[in-house]
Amino acid sequence: MAKVDAVTGWRNLEIGCAITEPGSSRKLRTGDWRSQRPVIDRDKCIKCGLCWIYCPDMVYSPTRSGYFKWNENYCKGCGICAHECPKDAIAMVMEGE
Amino acid sequence: MPRKVGIEVSLAASEAACAADVDVIAAYPVTPQTHIVEHLSELVADGELDAEFIPVESEHSAMSACIGAAAAGARTFTATSAPGLALMHEILFIAPSLRTPIVMVVANRALSGPISIWNDHSDIMAERDCGWIQTFAENGQEVFDLIIHAFRVAEDPEVLLPVIVNMDGFTLSHVIEPIELLSASEVSQYLKPYKPQMVLDPKAPITMGPVGVPEVYTEARQQAESVLNGSKKVIVKAWKEFAKQYGRSYKPIETYRTKGAEVILMTMGSVTETAMTAVDRMREKGIPVGLMRFRLWRPFPLEEFRRAVKGIKTLAVVDRAISFGAQGGPVCSKVKSALYGAPDQPQVFGFISGLGGRDITVAMFEEMVKKAIRYAEKGKGPMYELIGVRER
Amino acid sequence: MDAALKNFKKFTPKSLPKVEALAQGHRACQGCGEVLALRMALKAMGKNMIVASATGCMEIITSPYPQTAWEVPWIHVAFENAAAVASGIEAGRKALMRKGRLPKQRTTIVAMAGDGGTADIGIQALSGALERGHDFVYICLDNEAYMNTGIQRSSATPYGAMTTTSPPGKLSIGQHTWKKNLPAIAAAHGIPYVATASPAYYLDLMNKAKKAAMIKGPAYLHIYSPCPTGWRLAPERAVEISRLAVQTNIFPLYEVMDGQYILTKKIKKPKPVEVYLKLQGRFRHLDKKTIKEIQDRVDREYEILVQKAASTDAEEADRSAAKESR
Repeated sequence: MAKVDAVTGWRNLEIGCAITEPGSSRKLRTGDWRSQRPVIDRDKCIKCGLCWIYCPDMVYSPTRSGYFKWNENYCKGCGICAHECPKDAIAMVMEGE
Repeated sequence: MPRKVGIEVSLAASEAACAADVDVIAAYPVTPQTHIVEHLSELVADGELDAEFIPVESEHSAMSACIGAAAAGARTFTATSAPGLALMHEILFIAPSLRTPIVMVVANRALSGPISIWNDHSDIMAERDCGWIQTFAENGQEVFDLIIHAFRVAEDPEVLLPVIVNMDGFTLSHVIEPIELLSASEVSQYLKPYKPQMVLDPKAPITMGPVGVPEVYTEARQQAESVLNGSKKVIVKAWKEFAKQYGRSYKPIETYRTKGAEVILMTMGSVTETAMTAVDRMREKGIPVGLMRFRLWRPFPLEEFRRAVKGIKTLAVVDRAISFGAQGGPVCSKVKSALYGAPDQPQVFGFISGLGGRDITVAMFEEMVKKAIRYAEKGKGPMYELIGVRER
Repeated sequence: MDAALKNFKKFTPKSLPKVEALAQGHRACQGCGEVLALRMALKAMGKNMIVASATGCMEIITSPYPQTAWEVPWIHVAFENAAAVASGIEAGRKALMRKGRLPKQRTTIVAMAGDGGTADIGIQALSGALERGHDFVYICLDNEAYMNTGIQRSSATPYGAMTTTSPPGKLSIGQHTWKKNLPAIAAAHGIPYVATASPAYYLDLMNKAKKAAMIKGPAYLHIYSPCPTGWRLAPERAVEISRLAVQTNIFPLYEVMDGQYILTKKIKKPKPVEVYLKLQGRFRHLDKKTIKEIQDRVDREYEILVQKAASTDAEEADRSAAKESR
């Protein structure tokens, strides 16, 4: 379990320990887990968006030009995008290479 | 005007939930609670109560559905008895942790085994540490009043905890008593509409019941403990206002003929009325005995209790459940721990009786008191004993 | 067809909703097919929803205090009662709307659980909620074992699979019972909508989720949810395995609408089950004989399903013929 920050004294807890800030998990940068990263070849990309829809970590988003970019803060490097890309436009590369 | 009617106490309990204008009832039939939910379904079917009645497939789901309904902002009611209460066990602890102000009547019944449908307190004593506010009624009027009071306390923004109102199965649930019923409009002066503080609403999404990692679990439990202990002042205040509004006054601990008493018999629930007769008889014979009854069981009214027993030499504590292997009953154990460190402690003797529907007679109460006096004079006696058990 | 589906419009690759009910930073394993399935189903239903979650992987990866991955109201109570909690939420809102304390608006109430929380410990609460007819969607995210507690077998674990409580050994082939047919059990309640779905077929999955939300009354979605960790599967193959499960007829895609079976993905030339099994470490120990046994049973089960759907097709044909002759 990652280190939990922002833990407070019991008097400051919300009623019933509820969390009132939706989507606060974004504070956790799961990109730290990654050992491989996707590298996109835009020459091969046909902008089909399969990388976006098949990503369990929701790291892909469309750019203005219709290509897709990935968010390094959250990509865990699972490689589904590269494996599913119909045009082999995504390669998984070891981090640090 | 409040109307006084002869009514079965179970039906009066349903009428109380109806007068409180509950929004959701989720319940499963179990003896001896059945008449409560039967009457509530009638009230809903006849349009006298505008509520959703969820005929769940188990008590486990009853409590789960109650939590869901309360989290959605609804005023929620249920009722059960021993096996059902035991089946709810896991979920009982979650309701106060989520601060869902559910009100539940428990028609107290013995836990199996052997299976018994009859009355004692083993069901609720197994749940005494589940974090709910818990009260015990002595008679039908008190059942009705405590239910109205329960909603008021449960929904207080300072509290937001679930409440169990205990009433003895059969000996209370199935008897007909003259009870003054309050109408919904009379109750509405005392009980304002429920304003949930934490509610599941797509417009303001919250996460309820997140994982309590070790960094927060202790704090979450401290919140639950602190709120439960702090609820006592709200409970007492709500009783005072109940008295102002309706003329019937309630306290955490009820006493009877304790003036000049040296020995006190301690009871809970409907057997108290028999115990009162026993006290009257013994007083006639010159035995300086009085009676004390816990109405509020959780949070335990420590200060009130210590005040009430000040100057008393001997306590005879009646338990209607065995705390197996603990050498006593749960009430007696609690009484002893509540006295620890107090000055001039009385000697405490525990008596377990009235298990699984066995009556506790006037004579049995007298036997307990006499034994307690004898043990106290000798300066020693058994820590506890079963009264009314056949040896051969 | 359900009247509520009159305005149903299918998603297309161009009209996929951008909305997400889950946020990044959730703690699912790499390549988690379950969170992917969940993400797709939720996207299809929009944000006007309330979710009641069972204990399990999806609960712990989205809600360790003080952070939540939920963008919609969400509650967790326990393992076995998601359907009962959802019942209470639905009933509570219904009462409050009727009594004028909540604006009248239809909100999708979702109950979600894994296969253990659905097929085993939660089946009673599920059956009760389906039978009572609450207006809600139940999502079973089926990863075929108790993954959260360390890959123990459930009644939804497939025949022959290795789990930590169905280990292969001298006297055991691994899981020795056939997977419990949850969609059929759900359908037996006579509810308006039951469907199976696979994240590989994301449009099919999302369209089914959308229908489930639109239909009034209980809807049951059974979604194939690959678990690379528990299945000893390469994380990048989570979607591929979801596709193969369908292409081998191991996990056929269909709907049951008011009792009528409809195959939504007909496989003309099914691939041999071996192609599916050999990619997963949980089946590595299986011998030829057992694989043949699995193949035969899969073929048989699929044939039964085709027959159920065929009667629907025949009735459809009768109906349209009757219409034409009129």
